[in-house]
Amino acid sequence: MTDTPTLDRSRDLSQPLDKLGPDETLKANSRQLRGTINESLFDPITGAVTTNDTKLMKFHGIYQQDDRDIRDERRRQKLEAAFSFMARVRLPGGVLSASQWLKLDALAHDYAGNTLRLTTRQTFQFHRVLKTDLRALMQGLRDVLLDTRAACGDDTRGVMASINPHLSAIHAEVYALAKQASDHAIPKTGAYNEIWYQQESGEVKEPEEPFYGRTYMPRKFKIGFVVPPSNDIDVYAQDLGFIAIVSRGKLKGFNVAIGGGMGRTDQAPETYPRLADVIGFIPVEQLIPTIDAVMSVQRDYGDRVNRLHARFKYTIDDKGLDWIKAEIERRLGQPLAAAKPFEFTSNGDILGWVQGDDGRHHFTVFIENGRVINTPALRLMDGLRAIAQVHKGTFRVTPNQSLTIAEIAPEDRLIIAKLLDEYGLAGLNVGSALRLNSMACVALPTCALAMAESERYLPTLLSKIEPILDAHGLRDEPITIRMTGCPNGCARPYIAEIALTGRAPGKYNLYFGGGFHGQRLNKMYLENVGEPVILEALEKVLGHYAKARQPKEHFGDFAIRAGYVAKVTEGRHFND
Amino acid sequence: MTKMEFSGPGLSSDQWERINDLAVSLQPAQALWLSGYFAGVGSTARGPSGFDQVAVLERAKPEQPLAPAVEARTLTVLYGTETGNSRGLAKTVAEAAKQQGIVATVSDMADYKTRKLKDEQDLLVITSTHGEGDPPQSAVAFFEFLEGRKAPKLPDLRFAVLALGDSTYEKYCEGGKRIDRRLEELGAMRLDARVDCDVDFDEAAPAWIKAVVAKLAPQDSTATLTPVTTRASTIAPATTSAFDKQNPFVATVIDNIVLTGRGSSKETRHIELSLEGSGLVYEPGDALGVVPRNDPAVVVAVLESLNLAADAPVSVKEKQLTLGDALSSAFEVSAVTPRFIDHWAELSGAAALARLRGPEQTEARSAFMREHHVVDIIRQFPVKGIAADALLRGLRPLQPRLYSISSSLAAVPDEAHLTVGTVRYDLDGKPRAGVASSYLAEHAAPDAVVPVYIQSNPHFRLPQDDAAILMIGAGTGVAPYRAFMQEREARAASGRSWLVFGERNFRSDFLYQTEWQGLLKDKVLTRMDVAFSRDRTPKAYVQDRLRQNSRDVYAWLEEGAHIYVCGDAAHLAPDVHATLLDIIVQESGRDAAAAADYLAALQRDHRYQRDVY
Repeated sequence: MTDTPTLDRSRDLSQPLDKLGPDETLKANSRQLRGTINESLFDPITGAVTTNDTKLMKFHGIYQQDDRDIRDERRRQKLEAAFSFMARVRLPGGVLSASQWLKLDALAHDYAGNTLRLTTRQTFQFHRVLKTDLRALMQGLRDVLLDTRAACGDDTRGVMASINPHLSAIHAEVYALAKQASDHAIPKTGAYNEIWYQQESGEVKEPEEPFYGRTYMPRKFKIGFVVPPSNDIDVYAQDLGFIAIVSRGKLKGFNVAIGGGMGRTDQAPETYPRLADVIGFIPVEQLIPTIDAVMSVQRDYGDRVNRLHARFKYTIDDKGLDWIKAEIERRLGQPLAAAKPFEFTSNGDILGWVQGDDGRHHFTVFIENGRVINTPALRLMDGLRAIAQVHKGTFRVTPNQSLTIAEIAPEDRLIIAKLLDEYGLAGLNVGSALRLNSMACVALPTCALAMAESERYLPTLLSKIEPILDAHGLRDEPITIRMTGCPNGCARPYIAEIALTGRAPGKYNLYFGGGFHGQRLNKMYLENVGEPVILEALEKVLGHYAKARQPKEHFGDFAIRAGYVAKVTEGRHFND
Repeated sequence: MTKMEFSGPGLSSDQWERINDLAVSLQPAQALWLSGYFAGVGSTARGPSGFDQVAVLERAKPEQPLAPAVEARTLTVLYGTETGNSRGLAKTVAEAAKQQGIVATVSDMADYKTRKLKDEQDLLVITSTHGEGDPPQSAVAFFEFLEGRKAPKLPDLRFAVLALGDSTYEKYCEGGKRIDRRLEELGAMRLDARVDCDVDFDEAAPAWIKAVVAKLAPQDSTATLTPVTTRASTIAPATTSAFDKQNPFVATVIDNIVLTGRGSSKETRHIELSLEGSGLVYEPGDALGVVPRNDPAVVVAVLESLNLAADAPVSVKEKQLTLGDALSSAFEVSAVTPRFIDHWAELSGAAALARLRGPEQTEARSAFMREHHVVDIIRQFPVKGIAADALLRGLRPLQPRLYSISSSLAAVPDEAHLTVGTVRYDLDGKPRAGVASSYLAEHAAPDAVVPVYIQSNPHFRLPQDDAAILMIGAGTGVAPYRAFMQEREARAASGRSWLVFGERNFRSDFLYQTEWQGLLKDKVLTRMDVAFSRDRTPKAYVQDRLRQNSRDVYAWLEEGAHIYVCGDAAHLAPDVHATLLDIIVQESGRDAAAAADYLAALQRDHRYQRDVY
């Protein structure tokens, strides 16, 4: 065990609240996330809640947003902003039943503008929910055993798990563990039931939060489970990743990866994306103790002064990976075994039909940017509802915002296939390989953080890139491209081969060089540029790639070899 | 003696008016006597700065035979008013009486002590009508008394009634008719026949004034009075500022924004007007009169339907105009009046119109008037070769519209803000619009000009600064409360305030939402409740909020709060009134009659004021 006598404890949980950031005091005084949310919900003069309550409601899976397209117009009209709320479902592993799908569909119709958003963390978001409809929405979710606990906030966010349509038994086992991990790691406060279900608080068992205490985590904490060879969940982007080690069809345990995270801030070089480090191997029965050990180290040592520097990745780089690993082992009461070998090949989805090892079928449909909505051209929402009405298996939201209609018995395959055709969903998997490996966050108009368009713009931009691909014979070459409206990185842009992060309306940073299966960060190639410059750069670099690439060389690897960007070996050198 | 058509040498217009007034009331013998009197009065009648008319009249009194009656009778002029027209006329009639040597007491029905009624001797009543045949808001209690069982027999009373109204309403001048009918029932003697005035009362009202003042004079026979002919605007209501209804100030538009957000079922505008340089002043609660012009498209439609030229010369109130101008600025060319139906029935000979005439056709006529505009009628019942002035004879003069001012001079000096709901609807498949609201919506862009005047509203006033106020309003009825709160904020008034506001949808129709939020945050506004009637959440109206908070409402009343109601007269006002009665019954244990007395007392004390339309 490494002893660090000079360990800096000036910014962590050991300090009194007044030495820490203001959010720590807010959390501590919130009566375990109750705050004045009830009063805010009742206030009829505004569609918003108080600033403090907006922060506390994140722990309940709810973000306050407003329609930024009409913010200025409404200000001039002496109307407050068009406030609404985004509610994010807690859906470990992205798995849901057909009846749950139908309920989500109905709730979206009733309260959320008749649209659902699949997310990069395998769940659903309802947007544009009015304050007065929030309780009804939450109670509707409860009816199908879903909730929004800890979908946001300084706690364990939604737990991801690989989709692995091929490996039915392993998927079932890993999914069950992911769900167990989520149920274990979410806050235990009775605030959620009191506020959203209007249950009596009753006898409160002290302490309400045996693990989190009064101040929860320093920042969000993301856990994911991956089953090689797919790295669909981008395990290196998780604070705590578990890489399934399977031998002869049996789950043996997990390699443990710590310290991944995408978020950064422009013009703040002390912030950077970081990929997780694999620190060892645990058997399956050590899973929950390992989660507790790793999370408690971050809980106790994470930076609670500066929220921009509070993710686990910075704690690790500040304290040193060896020290962190030793502290985890100390808390586990035993050293970690050496990591087992594994191999990833891709972080994308396998689209279309796949048969699992149990004989059942799965169909993964590409849903551009995860947006489930009816349009005149495509009745996507109707089609998925029609399928849910007959489907006996499950649905899985993929980590790339697409959807797998899973566990279709052989005799039911034709029925599903017919509906896929009828609603034109089968045709969605046709497009350039770049498009099928694309991902964008929600951004404008609802996200408060967005500086530029993302979901509403990427499809248009892709339509302008596709002629370049065609010209160079790259249409079917899988290349990952991801776009976000801000540098925070909800679509995990910093590990894409091509990435664009918003700086201002119409202006983006352009990155190249991410690893095709999520194993390497990319690096900025151009800063703060508009569409003509972006297209010009892509024409040049893609054209060069088409001519000069080596056999099976991915675009991200080429961009580094050809010298367009330097290779980033560690997150802290991302900004160099 | 008739009025003379020219003024004498060197007389001021004021002098000339007085002489005119006197002249029309004199019998020939009296006039003869007076001419001699003036001829002989000599230089002693001249004041230091010339001929002093007042001095002359005072001198004349002790000697002349037509001075105050030997058997002096008391004269009370009683008025009921919404917009101040009746009050203005009441003062004018009192002034005219005074010139006859008769001292009149002018009284607002709102303040009139009804127990005095049995002692009245001569009573002149001037009242407007509100909504469908109702009294003005402030006069409701007086009407209730007069029409109720407690009204005394009035065998010794002489009276005359001047009724003001608006012929677009079916129950035209009904307020005056009710008083006239009831006083007769109570045994009083009618001095002169009731006169009903349409919105353009500046001819009929002075005539009535002259007639009744003449009859008040102690004479053996009123039948010998010389018939009078008058000229328009010989007598106009007293004015106190340079600009008024007849002479509006041309205000420049500062801003004109739509308050209702996207997706609203309404269009409600906030319009800021500059009063700079006008000298106009107003108090919170007052209204602004807006002199609109008709939609040019409607004018063109009327002209084209009748094949009339826009530049045809016409004479309107002795002014030469083109027909196009007259239809744009001088006459109502949208809403139909019973008078127009009569007129057009005669011109067209259309049986369908003729069938709508007469009192027994009231309902059918009302429905027809709702469903047809002027242009619809002239198209449906064509009249060939009609002359321009024949058309104009059937039309009613274009009237200014009144809007509660939604600002306070204390907060925005030299400005008046309006909160205007644009009236738009379809009739017979064609889009139509309210005259003034669409004029403001379409015409009143920043830097455009709008003719305006101030219309005082003394029955809607803030109390002293430390008194609590409970403001109830729906839709644009919130306008005066914005003025109230601006005023109270500027004065740092200490009294509590509670606003109950209703509209259709929270998201789009919460008028001035951010302003109320700021006032609440700054504790200028103590409390606010809102009711939205078309949201998915249980629909609610302002009276529902009052009922839900009945204990607080009653407590506020008991603690001296002044209560205000502004908005729709047909539903809001009666619903709120009934709810207040229920609240008083429920919270105080009074029975219904006592609760009614309680509210009536509030009304008498000016603690329950309404501005409804």
